[in-house]
Order: sequence, then structure tokens, then C-alpha cells
Amino acid sequence: MPFNELLSDLAALYPSDRLLTAAAQIMPYESDGLTAFRGRPSGVVLPVTADEVVETVRLCHRHDVPFMARGSGTSLSGGSVPVPDGLVIGLNRLNRILRYDPLHRVAVVEPGVINLRVSEHVAADGLYYAPDPSSGPVCTIGGNVAFNSGGVHCLKYGMTANHVLGLKCVLPDGEVVTLGGESLETVGPDLIGMFAGSEGLFGIALEITLRLLPRPEVYRTFLAAYDTLSAAGDAVSMVVASGLLPGAMEIMDRLAIDAAEAAVNAGYPADAQAVFLVELEGPREEVAAEEVRLMKLLDDSGATEIRVAKDDAERLTFWKGRKSAFSAVGRLSPDFIVQDGVVPRSRLGEALGEIERLSQEFGIRVANVFHAGDGNLHPLIMYDGRVAGALENAERLAGEILRLCIRMGGSITGEHGVGLEKRAYLGEMYEAADTRTMFAIRDAIDPKSLANRGKMLPDAEAPALASHGAHPLEQQGVISRM
Amino acid sequence: MLHEIPVERIGPAGQVMADAVGTCVHCGFCLPTCPTYDALGEEMDSPRGRIFLMKEVLEGNLPIDEAVPYIDRCLGCVGCVTSCPSGVEYGELLTPFRATAEQVRKRSPFDRLLRRFVLETLPYPRRFRLAALLGRLARPLRRLVPGRMGDMLGLLPARIPPSERLPEVFPHQGQRRARVALLVGCAQQVLAPEINWATIRVLSVNGVEVVIPRGQTCCGALAAHTGAAWQARRFARANLAAFPDDVDAILTNAAGCGSGMHEYPLWLAGQPEEDAARRFAGRCQDVSKFLDELGLQPPPALAEPLRVAYHDACHLAHAQRVRDQPRRLLRSIGNIELVEIPRGELCCGSAGTYNIEQPEIAHQLGSEKARSILWTGCQAVATGNIGCMTQLATHLELEERPLPVYHTMQLLDMAYRVEHGASNGVPGPETSEAATASATAE
Ligand SMILES: Cc1cc2nc3c(=O)[nH]c(=O)nc-3n(C[C@H](O)[C@H](O)[C@H](O)COP(=O)(O)OP(=O)(O)OC[C@H]3O[C@@H](n4cnc5c(N)ncnc54)[C@H](O)[C@@H]3O)c2cc1C
Ligand code: SF4
Ligand code: SF4
Repeated sequence: MPFNELLSDLAALYPSDRLLTAAAQIMPYESDGLTAFRGRPSGVVLPVTADEVVETVRLCHRHDVPFMARGSGTSLSGGSVPVPDGLVIGLNRLNRILRYDPLHRVAVVEPGVINLRVSEHVAADGLYYAPDPSSGPVCTIGGNVAFNSGGVHCLKYGMTANHVLGLKCVLPDGEVVTLGGESLETVGPDLIGMFAGSEGLFGIALEITLRLLPRPEVYRTFLAAYDTLSAAGDAVSMVVASGLLPGAMEIMDRLAIDAAEAAVNAGYPADAQAVFLVELEGPREEVAAEEVRLMKLLDDSGATEIRVAKDDAERLTFWKGRKSAFSAVGRLSPDFIVQDGVVPRSRLGEALGEIERLSQEFGIRVANVFHAGDGNLHPLIMYDGRVAGALENAERLAGEILRLCIRMGGSITGEHGVGLEKRAYLGEMYEAADTRTMFAIRDAIDPKSLANRGKMLPDAEAPALASHGAHPLEQQGVISRM
Repeated sequence: MLHEIPVERIGPAGQVMADAVGTCVHCGFCLPTCPTYDALGEEMDSPRGRIFLMKEVLEGNLPIDEAVPYIDRCLGCVGCVTSCPSGVEYGELLTPFRATAEQVRKRSPFDRLLRRFVLETLPYPRRFRLAALLGRLARPLRRLVPGRMGDMLGLLPARIPPSERLPEVFPHQGQRRARVALLVGCAQQVLAPEINWATIRVLSVNGVEVVIPRGQTCCGALAAHTGAAWQARRFARANLAAFPDDVDAILTNAAGCGSGMHEYPLWLAGQPEEDAARRFAGRCQDVSKFLDELGLQPPPALAEPLRVAYHDACHLAHAQRVRDQPRRLLRSIGNIELVEIPRGELCCGSAGTYNIEQPEIAHQLGSEKARSILWTGCQAVATGNIGCMTQLATHLELEERPLPVYHTMQLLDMAYRVEHGASNGVPGPETSEAATASATAE
């Protein structure tokens, strides 16, 4: 058994409280934020230094044991479901901020640092780290890099990859490489761009150099209520067409509003069918000028109510509702799938109408929360897993929504990654030649397919691009459902 | 999260436990507010991980003894309930789970003895007082006493105040605005009787008549949260009988007791008293919430400006969702500047008998809390729970910065007494004495 041999080598590297193999220790690592899937690893290690990570990867390579890096396990696509019988490398204790240079506005962090901690750490100098996924208080920078995560403010500033200047990583064969540096201008291919979003397939990020931004002088946050979801969608198109570039534009529909209200009492309008959150940010005079234009636009867009956050506390409350919406849907339904797809933002209204139609056709409730500014939809598909066939039905609907995105010229993931969940759709989105190139790159970097095996790329050995029903790994009895 | 918990087989608590598991969507939002996850950084010591483990045990996939070490490390602070957007009632899963675990677990003879000793002493003021006095005497022998017993001695305060019997009814001043019954707590009566005196004086000044029912016992929280369900039920029944119906509210001034009394319906689920327990719990309130709703007679300003950090006791802030009320009360006192403690949602590590059961984690959390408090540059600390007061005082002293730690009611009392003068015929020992640090500082 290769794992047993690996285990005795690991035992020399780790004290017993950081090498977990007992059932009660490894079971809690079986799944991530998408509870539909679980996979039992053979063990979990909790390194406290980058050297331990490197040595662990080398040992896995020597013994041919697949491994998976794990941050906070908040992936919504099964990305951090362990490789069955493989090793989980839990990075949560690598949570130091190694270097912080306020003058050059960079911070070098370990991968287990929590996203929000970075902004907290630098706040006193008037700086912040821009990518702000809703899971910011929980998820790690390592996970953000692996998924190229975004957030409500990525409309103006771009996703994680736009904020990573340098990376030190260990490749799947144990070689340690440094990509990028401390400046945005690099020569040669954009290797950081390739690593960011690779979902753990190209190795493990050990040190991440982040770009920090000065905190905008002022924020102005607007909440507009609408009678219909499509009216809210049209308002987005109007703002885009006007040339204004808000820091964030988000929409929530009635169901999502209900969930958020129950969770955090954000005080959203009680009878609106949709709320549209828009935030202007920047220098005071600039924002003041933009505010007048935006107000007029919102007036013209048929909003039934417009509120402006009167202070920072109210601004945070507006956002808190939005940011807790995913988990809050747990109050409306025992189980749900958070889907993540992109449509061109000019076709937002049309896409929403189509989702509504599908929801009725399937008889399944769908709550909608989305980054309206970049056309990134997050339909939350609710089902009751205890009812036979309900999950399969929900997955079929999720699949139809993804196909809709592809048809409209969008993408099957905006920010949550492909993971386990959407591997099957990769082939629908890309031509065979594209997928072959992806495999070729993976094989060049990781010929043994040890790093996060089975994620993202539809494996050669399991080509069944099943769009619904049992997952290929499930059919093989490798993973199972909760 | 989908589960296959055999609800009927588990008994009366089965459904609430299953509901808590079912509502968890595994999103991890609870991780950053969990003190054990913060300290240990491992999934099985997080709320999400513990819910998963309890689910596996209830489903029959994991032997209970394997899960128990991780459940034992849980402080029961329910910080995770506050941060959970999905509304998981973690406490309703934990308490019955611990009771089940207690029935089947194997403890060493020394553990059994220690546990017996704690459960037979702490809830009974007279026994506890005696034990504490003896403990004081035994302190020089501390190093001779085996491990955790020695730790316990270390936690005793430097001085055990003399006991003074509380009156059965304490009159209101001025026009009567309300009539309440007060639970006076057990350990609190021994360690810091001045908190009860301060509380009744503050109520009295505000026109509230206070009844202190004689038949009351320990609230039972300590027993319930350590899995001694039978003892918890006994205390709950005694209090149901002891507290009168003709009062406007039943008040507590110790967060742990208040949250315990709110759990009576859970402890007595499926028992004949379940309905009575629900009505009782509906009338229980923390004194700060009660006063905030009643409307405070504006307290006069303190003689000197005082910068006070308010510490959220978990069983007030998380379990009873009482956060703003005590802050509003304190802010109404002139000359008090109230400051917030960074990462204030994290438990200070006191949590009932946690200091005795998990001394290392308790110590780590205590010193982190003390450092966060000192970071604020405050001159004093206010909180609403005797357990926290002892823990904070101990760790501030260990940091060599022994700031005074007050109960919210003590600060209010101080303010009112500035006006009335301490000698306006109001009985009771001096109130301004803050919690004293324990002997661990030696
Ligand atoms: C309630 C909720 C809200 C969310 N909101 C958003 C949102 O607004 N925007 C968004 O983009 N995402 C969102 N997500 C998804 C998720 O939080 C992000 O994908 C996040 O980046 C995952 O981080 P993590 O630390 O939890 O990583 P994990 O889930 O532990 O891991 C994710 C992937 O990263 C890999 N990985 C982890 N660390 C490393 C490393 N050091 N090196 C290489 N690979 C690594 C893992 O192998 C895995 O494939 C949300 C999730 C939840 C539950
Ligand atoms: S925050 Fe709530 S729903 Fe999310 S993992 Fe924790 S307990 Fe479960
Ligand atoms: S009760 Fe406290 S210690 Fe226990 S899991 Fe919840 S947050 Fe963690």
C-alpha cells in the first residue's frame, strides 16, 4: 500500500497531533461548501512551515500518493473534496503575514491567511486588499488564488489574479518555483495568470505577494427596490451604458432578500421583488458628481424606492445582507446548490427570464443573487435531499442553467471554479482541441496527476460527460453523497 | 446538510438535534468566531466539524468515544450561533449530545471523582464556600496536589468575602415601576456577593421591587453543559416551583445562569413540566435587558472620567443575544468612555468548568483576551458574568496589568451612589470592589 509507506515517512516529519488518521479526525475533512459530495482521505497533515509542505509533496511524489491542498473548505464546486485515499494538506496553520510594506503597498502572506485579515492588518495605513468574496471572513488567500476568486468589488478592480504580484509554489514533483515578483509589469508569459485559477492542479502556493490599494476616500452606497427582477436587470444595463463605473453592482431577488433578512435583519424593503445595490467609490468630488448622475438614472429606471446609506454602519448592513445570502438560504431550504455562471451583461434580463421559466418548468424554487456588474449569476437551487430524486432533479436544472450560459456566449463559472461539480460541462464549453491543450499542460506539470487528481479536468479514464445523474466518480464508488 | 439520523430512536431531543444538523450548509462562516478553531486550526475542533462528528455518531457511523475528545474541547460559548447565517441552533445539538455521551463514556477513577466533586460542590453555595475556604488554606500545598486539582486551587480568588444574607424582599425607591424576582446564582454568591447587592440597589433606585425567592437553587447550567442531565432537570424543577408568578420578570445577573434558564424547555423536553418550563423561560431576562427596556433613571456622572472596555460574555451576547443593552446602560453614565475590544466575539476561555477540564486552551484564550483588552488602552473592564470576571482578572494580572473588572451593575451602582452618597440607608457591603485576580498570578 503506497499510503502506508507514505505514512511511515510522514510520521518522521510530523508529531502525532499534526498527522491525522483516526476516523474522527479525518471525517470532518470529507467535504467542502458543496455538501452533495464527500470523499474520505487516508490522512490529513497540518504543516506549520512551508518546508514541511514541500517535504510532504516530495514524499507524496515518491510514493505516488495523490494530495490536495485545503484552505478553509468553502469551495462551492467540490474543489476541496479530498482525493479519495489521498492525503489532505491542511494549510490553516500557515497563517502568518510574512512581510508588509506600506510604502510599496505589498504584503507577502502564507496561504492559510484569511482573506479579510489582510485588509484588517493594513487598515491603519489606509490600505486594503481589494478582492472581497462573500466568504472573506472565512476563506484563505491560498484558496482564493487556486480559484481566482472574485467578490462584489471585483467589478472595478478585477479578480484575485489581478492582485497577486508574486507566488512561491511547490510543483507536484516537489520543485519549488517563484513566479512574478513585486511589480505588475512582468516579462514573458503570465505564469501567475496560469497558476491563479488552476484549482490546485499545478501545485501548492506557499507564499503569495499581494498588491494593496489605498482605501477610497469615500463610499456612497445605494439601494434601489424594484417591482420585477427584470426591471432591476435593466437598471444595470442603464448604468453600464451611462459610462459610470461603480465599485460594485449587485442584485438579489425576493427569495434571496427573505433569506438575508432572516439571517441579519439588513432592513431591505419588505415588498420589493428585487433590490439593486450600487456603490460609488473614489475621491470625494468625483463621487459627488457621479452621485447626481446615478440618482437620476435610478429615478428613471422605475425604482420604487431608493435609499442611500447614511453612514458606514448602514453601508455595512446593506452589504452584510448580500454577503450572508448564500448560507442564509439554508433557512429556506434544507439543501441547495449554489450555481455560478456568466452571461454577457447586456443579456442579463433575458437570462433571468429564462431561469424563471426553467424554475417553473422544473417546479423548483430558485433564489437569485448575482454580481450584476459583470454578468455573474448565482442561482441558488433549492431542494430537499430527503425526497427521492430531488437532488437529481435540482442538478438537471443546474445543468440547464449552465447550458443557457454557454448558449448566450457566457461561461460555466465566474468564480467558484469547476471542481468536481462542473467537470462534465467543460467539454461543452470548450472545443476538443482546447481541452486537449489543458490536458497537455497538466501532464507537463504533473504527469502522475497527483495534485488534486480528478478535479476540473474531465479525466481521460472517465470521459462520460454526464450532464446529470450520478457523478462518474460516484458510479465508480469512489465518492459518495451525503 | 442531508442526514440519516434516526430521530425517533434518539428520544425527545432527537428532532431538535436533527434540525440543527439539517440546517447546517457547511459554509464555514462559523469558523472565525470559534475560539477552539482559532487556537487549534483544525476542522474537528470547529463548529462545522463538530456538527459533522455529532451527525456521524447519531447516524451510527462513528463510535461515540472517538468523537468525544473534540466535543469535550467545545466551550459551549455558542459564538458559532451568532455567526451562522443559516440559523443553526448549535447549542440545541450540543447539550443533549453531551448528555448522551455522559451515559456511555468511560472516565478514569480520578476524573470521576473530580467531576463528582465539582457537581456536588459548585452549585451549592454553602458547600462551595466551605470548599473554597478550605482550598484557600490548602493553597500552600498546591504543588503537592495532582494536576487538575492543583489547577482548581489556583483559580480560587485571593480572598473569600464574608457571606451576608440577602433580604427576601427589597423595596423600590420612589414610585413602583415593576416587581421582579432575582436568581442570585451560586458561585457568584460566594465569590462576589457585592454583584447581587449592586444589582438590587440599581433596581431599587429605578423603582423596581426585588423578590429573592428562598427556595431557589443553582440554575443547573453547569450540570447541563457537562452532561449531567438528571441533575440539571432537578435544579430546573426546583426553580420552577420556587419562583413566583406574580412578578413582571425573572431576572439574572450572571450570563451563564440566564442562558441556562432559557434552556429549561430543552432540558425538560418530553417531561410533564415542559410547558411550564417554556412559560418560565419566556419570563427570564438578563437584568441589563430588563433595565434597558424599562428605561433607566439617568445615572449621575462618575467623579472621574473612566475609559471602560466592555467584554461580551458569551452567554449574554451569543446565547441570549444581549449586546446593545448593557452598552447603552453604560454609555448613559456620564464620564464613562466605552471602548470595544478587538475580536470581541471570541470567548475568554472561562466557560463553566472549562478551566478545569481544558486548562491549556483556557489559558491560551484567557491571555489572548487580556492582551486584546490592554490593546484598547482602557482603565477598567465591564462585563455581565462572574465567570468572565474571574478569568479576565486572572489573566490581566498575569500580564502584569491588573485592571479592575466590574459587573455592569456595579458601575451603575457606583454612579448612583455618587449622588445618593453611600450612606443613604442602603444596606449591603461596599459595591465598588472589582473582581480580584486569582492566585495563579503568584
Ligand atoms: C457562503 C459562501 C460564499 C462564497 N462567496 C464567494 C464569492 O463571493 N466569490 C468567490 O469567488 N467565491 C465565493 N465562495 C467560494 C469560496 O469561498 C472560494 O472559492 C474560496 O476562494 C475558497 O477558499 P478556501 O480557503 O475555502 O479554499 P478551499 O475550499 O479549501 O479550497 C479550494 C481549492 O483551492 C485549492 N487550494 C487551497 N489552498 C491552496 C494553495 N495554497 N495552493 C494551491 N491550491 C490551493 C484546493 O485544493 C481547492 O481545490 C463562497 C463560498 C461560500 C461557502
Ligand atoms: S456557519 Fe452555520 S451553516 Fe455554516 S458551517 Fe457553520 S454552523 Fe453550518
Ligand atoms: S460553542 Fe464555541 S467552542 Fe463550541 S463550536 Fe461553537 S464557537 Fe466553537
